[in-house]
Amino acid sequence: MTRHLVRQGISSAVPVVLGYLPLGFAFGVLAHSAGLSIPEIFAMSLLVYAGSAQFIAIALLQSGAGFLTIVVTTFLVNLRHLLFSASLAPFLKRVRVGRLAVLAYQITDESFAVALGHFTQHEAEEKFLWGLFPSCQLGWTLSTVLGAWAGNLIPHPEAFGLDYALTAMFICLLVFQLQDRITYLAALTGGVLALAIYVWLPGRWNIILATVVAATLGVGVEQWKKST
Amino acid sequence: MEKIYLIILGMALVTYLPRMLPLVVLNKIDLHPVVLNWLRLIPAAVLGALTAQTIFLRQSGVTFSWRNIYFLAAIPCFLVAFRTKSLMWTIAVGLVSVVLLNQFKPVLF
Repeated sequence: MTRHLVRQGISSAVPVVLGYLPLGFAFGVLAHSAGLSIPEIFAMSLLVYAGSAQFIAIALLQSGAGFLTIVVTTFLVNLRHLLFSASLAPFLKRVRVGRLAVLAYQITDESFAVALGHFTQHEAEEKFLWGLFPSCQLGWTLSTVLGAWAGNLIPHPEAFGLDYALTAMFICLLVFQLQDRITYLAALTGGVLALAIYVWLPGRWNIILATVVAATLGVGVEQWKKST
Repeated sequence: MEKIYLIILGMALVTYLPRMLPLVVLNKIDLHPVVLNWLRLIPAAVLGALTAQTIFLRQSGVTFSWRNIYFLAAIPCFLVAFRTKSLMWTIAVGLVSVVLLNQFKPVLF
């Protein structure tokens, strides 16, 4: 029975891994062309395991940003996992804390979506996650290493438009987030401010400042609308 | 390149904490609704900022122009993303658009 659930988790990982393949591959190629070695790329995929943040880190590294900028930007970009983790929590109340701490590390946009979808239709079983989550991570890590290795053979990734993979991914993730007027407002404000701050203030803090101001403005508007 | 590993470790830590805390700790605590609202808007805000930056920030600075290929390619990407809600399709259309636009650049501009 248990083994059956793990296997079910593994087969549910297949569509996720198919999505990770081109993305991870593009990341590997780009990270390699930015000067990262295969062990470094492997370490990043294994330890950070967050596609968008990894792409951003590469772009920031290339623009000469420092440790603090990269880490704080990563934090903000990945803060969304807080919500995923919080929505899985009610399903996993009986699972021991140590196990939760391990499972939590493998929450991504996609693995979360599959897990939540499964739990709302079937009984919430921890075992399912032990099949799903590690399979997704294996798929991601391997595809980035594959891309890094292929990077040796692709001297000019721009020729294949691979440098656009990040932009296209941002666009798609952004569209996922646009659900009501307030989220449109937050996204638009964030975008305009990111460019304005870049032009008018020195340093590489534009993304961080724009995000915090835009989200705060959105909350302000929401509260104000409620009170009127 | 030791600095890279330091950056990787820093990124790993700040990525792990938001993934882990709600499951392990916050399970027992309820966040204030205003904080929850703020957290709900963070993804839209940060992705809006990042998308605008990758589209409009070119090597020469902030570029609002029809000649900006990243901007032109973003249009089909947005359409496909809204329509299909699929990461794979959006990326595929983005890559193809950029390659095509680069091919036809001398003809177009």
